[in-house]
Amino acid sequence: MKPFAYHQPNQIPDAAKLLVSIEDSKLVAGGMTLIPTLKQRLASPVALVDLSKLGNLKGITDDGATITIGAMKPHAVVAASKLVQAKIPGLAALASMIGDPAVRNRGTIGGSVANNDPAADYPAGVLGLGATIVTSTREIVADKFFLGLFETALEPGEIITAIRFPVPIKAGYAKFKAPASRYALVGVFVAQFADGVRVAVTGAGSGVFRVPPMEAALWQNFDPSAIAAIKIDTDGLTSDIHAEADYRAHLVTVMAKRAVDAALS
Amino acid sequence: MQISFTLNGRPTTVDVEPATLVAELLREQLNLTGTHIGCDTSQCGACVVHLNGLPVKSCTLLAPALDGAALLTIEGLQGAPGSNEMHPMQESFREHHGLQCGFCTPGMLMTAVALAAEKPNLTEADVRHGLEGNICRCTGYQNIVVSVMAGAAAMNAAKGE
Repeated sequence: MKPFAYHQPNQIPDAAKLLVSIEDSKLVAGGMTLIPTLKQRLASPVALVDLSKLGNLKGITDDGATITIGAMKPHAVVAASKLVQAKIPGLAALASMIGDPAVRNRGTIGGSVANNDPAADYPAGVLGLGATIVTSTREIVADKFFLGLFETALEPGEIITAIRFPVPIKAGYAKFKAPASRYALVGVFVAQFADGVRVAVTGAGSGVFRVPPMEAALWQNFDPSAIAAIKIDTDGLTSDIHAEADYRAHLVTVMAKRAVDAALS
Repeated sequence: MQISFTLNGRPTTVDVEPATLVAELLREQLNLTGTHIGCDTSQCGACVVHLNGLPVKSCTLLAPALDGAALLTIEGLQGAPGSNEMHPMQESFREHHGLQCGFCTPGMLMTAVALAAEKPNLTEADVRHGLEGNICRCTGYQNIVVSVMAGAAAMNAAKGE
């Protein structure tokens, strides 16, 4: 790692100010992606702004039709939260599948969503549930937030403070993971609401995406059989050392069926 | 920068560069070489330590995160306080041959102790799932799982006394 300055502000505006005023500075939450990136020298920021001293980013609140999770909530806490388990068990299950126990104790929901790794789990949950990303300056709906490979709608100096999830009728997540990294080779989140069904896929392409034909089919009949014949086009899907695009396309349907099964169980 | 934390129960203050990993700080600055660096990419788990009671990978933890925290390393694991005995989990790994080369063992033990403390009645499935982030290239895991189950039972028994 190249040397960097380290800042631990106590207030969100101070953190935002540091981020804007120091050129080439980066936020660090749990660091589960950033630290490996620094170690490989894929990034060499001059300063890190640590969000761990900002006290008000760690709650989980029940707002009735929605639940709001503070950006600095570690995955292990979301997975074990009685509230999340009761209201959106599929989201608690997703959090319990990220990385391994030690990673889940450090990695945060805000960090995962801001990073928008194409194989991360949370983007599928956020897009699949149609969540709202609450930042230091505004609110952004999931459909307008994830812009592609590691790219989001966040502006320079903008900090995610919480994610607000609508409570679905049913929701489930299933992933086929790469065995060493435990990232999603393909992960699918399915959520059924009173006014429609959402299906979001991670791991398969350059960023999380929805599958409208599956959403329409599941809206007619929320059952794995409804989507068994729906094939995904391999255009734009990833081919790499772990899997070819056609294998990933096949896995999308398999994981989507399992996600519906999980939602129904 | 200067950071202060509790290291295996003792108040500790050190000067560190912010770009120091906790695994490096322990091994190179504090001479606690029980914490191993295996893959150095937060996959293998040889470097697991407890930060405020929770297992974390010290190769992917920046030293400034220690400020004000309590850190427990493999050197801090012990049996009855003041006794010079091994921790029940360590004893169980020895008893059940839960290691061969031993490189992954410090991380295995730290993960296992946290797992047993978190859930009193561990099943084999719990143990296998809980050890997902700890890689061993010698044993095939069978004896590690046996050791963790027996070690957890011994920890429960010690707690009940």
